[in-house]
Amino acid sequence: MSTTTTAKPAELPPWAYAPAPESTDPGIRARYDLFVNGEFVPAANGGYRTLVDPASERPLCEVAEGGAADIDRAVKAARRAYANVWSRMPALERGKYVFRIARLLQERAREFAVAESRNGGKPIRESRDTDVPLACAHFFHYAGWADKLDVAFPGMRARPLGVCGQVIPWNFPLLMAAWKLAPALVTGNTCVLKTAETTPVTALKLAEILQTAGLPPGVVNIVPGGRETGRALVEHRGVDKIAFTGSTAVGKWIMKALAGTGRKYTLELGGKAANIVFEDAAIDQAVEGIVNAIFFNQGHVCCAGSRLLVQESVAATLIQKLRRRMGSLIVGDPLDKNTDVGAINSKEQLEKIEKYLAIGVDEGAELWQSDGALPAKGYYCRPTLFTNVSQSHRIAQEEIFGPVLAIQTFRTAEEAVAKANNTPYGLSGGVWTDKGAKIHKVARQIRAGVIWANTFNKFDPSSPFGGYKESGMGREGGWHGLMPYVQLETA
Amino acid sequence: MKERLKVLKTYKQFIGGEFPRSESGRTYVLLDPRQRPIANVCLSSRKDFREAVVRARAAFDGWSARSGYLRGQILYRLAELVEDRRELFIRELRQQGATVAAARRETEQTIDLLIHYAGWGDKYPQLFSTVNPVASPHFVFSVPEPVGVVALIAPQGGALLGLVSALGPILIGGNACVAIASEKQPLSSITFAEVCAAGDVPPGVVAILTGHRRELLPHVAGHMDVDAVVYGGDDREEWKTIQSEASRNVKRAIRPAADSRTLYRIMDTQEVKTIWHPVGF
Repeated sequence: MSTTTTAKPAELPPWAYAPAPESTDPGIRARYDLFVNGEFVPAANGGYRTLVDPASERPLCEVAEGGAADIDRAVKAARRAYANVWSRMPALERGKYVFRIARLLQERAREFAVAESRNGGKPIRESRDTDVPLACAHFFHYAGWADKLDVAFPGMRARPLGVCGQVIPWNFPLLMAAWKLAPALVTGNTCVLKTAETTPVTALKLAEILQTAGLPPGVVNIVPGGRETGRALVEHRGVDKIAFTGSTAVGKWIMKALAGTGRKYTLELGGKAANIVFEDAAIDQAVEGIVNAIFFNQGHVCCAGSRLLVQESVAATLIQKLRRRMGSLIVGDPLDKNTDVGAINSKEQLEKIEKYLAIGVDEGAELWQSDGALPAKGYYCRPTLFTNVSQSHRIAQEEIFGPVLAIQTFRTAEEAVAKANNTPYGLSGGVWTDKGAKIHKVARQIRAGVIWANTFNKFDPSSPFGGYKESGMGREGGWHGLMPYVQLETA
Repeated sequence: MKERLKVLKTYKQFIGGEFPRSESGRTYVLLDPRQRPIANVCLSSRKDFREAVVRARAAFDGWSARSGYLRGQILYRLAELVEDRRELFIRELRQQGATVAAARRETEQTIDLLIHYAGWGDKYPQLFSTVNPVASPHFVFSVPEPVGVVALIAPQGGALLGLVSALGPILIGGNACVAIASEKQPLSSITFAEVCAAGDVPPGVVAILTGHRRELLPHVAGHMDVDAVVYGGDDREEWKTIQSEASRNVKRAIRPAADSRTLYRIMDTQEVKTIWHPVGF
């Protein structure tokens, strides 16, 4: 598939990019079953869902759709594995399994990256350089915690919770699987992982790795499916803890469903992060950061910098530079190494984004998009920015989960902080300034779990991630990320 | 000689640093163990609670921005003032049914616990903060920050110690707190509010309401500008209501473990913030 450049002719460099397709075989089977008790098994009702490659709209493969009976079977397998094998195993041995998983995944990294891009539509550059390496690193990092839990919490004994039900979203399928499985396993829990409706492929490929690693049957069970599958897992009485990453609406439903049951939960929900650019910032670096904040992964990022707050004195210059940079972003084939913005994950999501574009215009904001042709087939959306946005606009308040940036201006730091915090969300935030003192003051005042100063959308397994307010509760990553998976008892 | 007529104390709510009666005008009669009236106590309303949250939200920024050292000194001051009013607290605890020995023990434990939490102010962040050894060239650190406005449903028993053992970790951690006092033993809680008022706790940082817990509970747990609710009771239905209503704004619903160490009690009402910055020339 060829790639079309999208910049205006006047801004084009004197050369164009030749197509650079990634050709590694992603090893995607024609049909996937559920992964329960160490084996691939068909769903009880025998149903399969056909996945669509969002870049071409062609069928990708078939995947079994788990129902309540399958969830029940998976939970029981996880319970047996917990009671008989995993909770009894010496901690270092548990860690060694997880180290193995990390290593095996590293060895097949490119194959996984291609599979991730085929299934989800994200550019190969991102799946290759971000998703897969971070997933490997996450397993490797947590593997080393397994035999150190007795010194991790002074005066306390860390005990596993039991069976963890884990529900992950479609935007970082493999990485979210790693974020969920790694800390749960090394703390002695067993898992039932429900993958997202549209993106189960890399988690099911990971199941192959779990088999290769010799992980005891039932320690990890993977059940693909949609909303009903998730509901069955959340409501299952045999699950001790639910870990969920997804929308705030579903997070609230989970809290209600689990009320009074004694089952624990952690939630990583939506966001509407503000990137604050002060007049003393390095403007060109800030432009790169803004682009990375909102166009990374087509804006399908819960911590995306979807609002830009720019100081009035530099707004005109910055917006002009930003438009120019957006014009040079290559939108197209996810498997082309030059592609910056890939395909929108699904038709449904593209329709949602387009609905918000219409809402923004209706509300009186000014829409601007990079021009240039998009591939004839597939779900694509041009990088978009809105100016003339007011705080009450829905595009400034609601999570769009697409490549859409809402720009507002401010005069004082106090105004910027007030606007940044004027949202029910609190997942992340960005600050751009050359003044260290200002960074620390603003970072302190933004009510959000992750603050990126003069950078954005950086992740690391050793660094805790998670939200304030309606962006969720609990942290994933590093030492703090162990806590959601242990019961601390006085030693 | 004729005995002098004693002046009786009116027990009122504590909201925004003031002692108003309930806007509803309602009260209930508190009885001692022998069913004799002790006092009229305010039946705080939903509106009283909302007002307390408004005042707590306004006080939160200032309180959370104070140094741990300063918050520690203010908690220490509270201990001093309870020590000063030792006999008063013992008398009130006895009025509410405690034996002399139990009342003395509870008062002394309360003082010592305040001293204990006072000392945590400039220490817990060190024990819960991390510098994260990330693989990329960034300096990344994580620090605890107070969750915000915390509603506290105080335990029914332990009129003084029960309240303070839950309030101590919330306050030292920089949160503002609206507490619903024990319905059966509210007197010591209100007198403790007087200690807060006299002890340099900024107005609004602590509010203490009295009344029917069951009536207030859904409003407390469902309030959209309360960040967390700490439940000190042991009723399954109440806890279910709290957890269910908390879902409205993803409120943290916290039920401290009985054997939890005080450090982890502080962390119950803390968030963790991570800050990234590039490293380079």
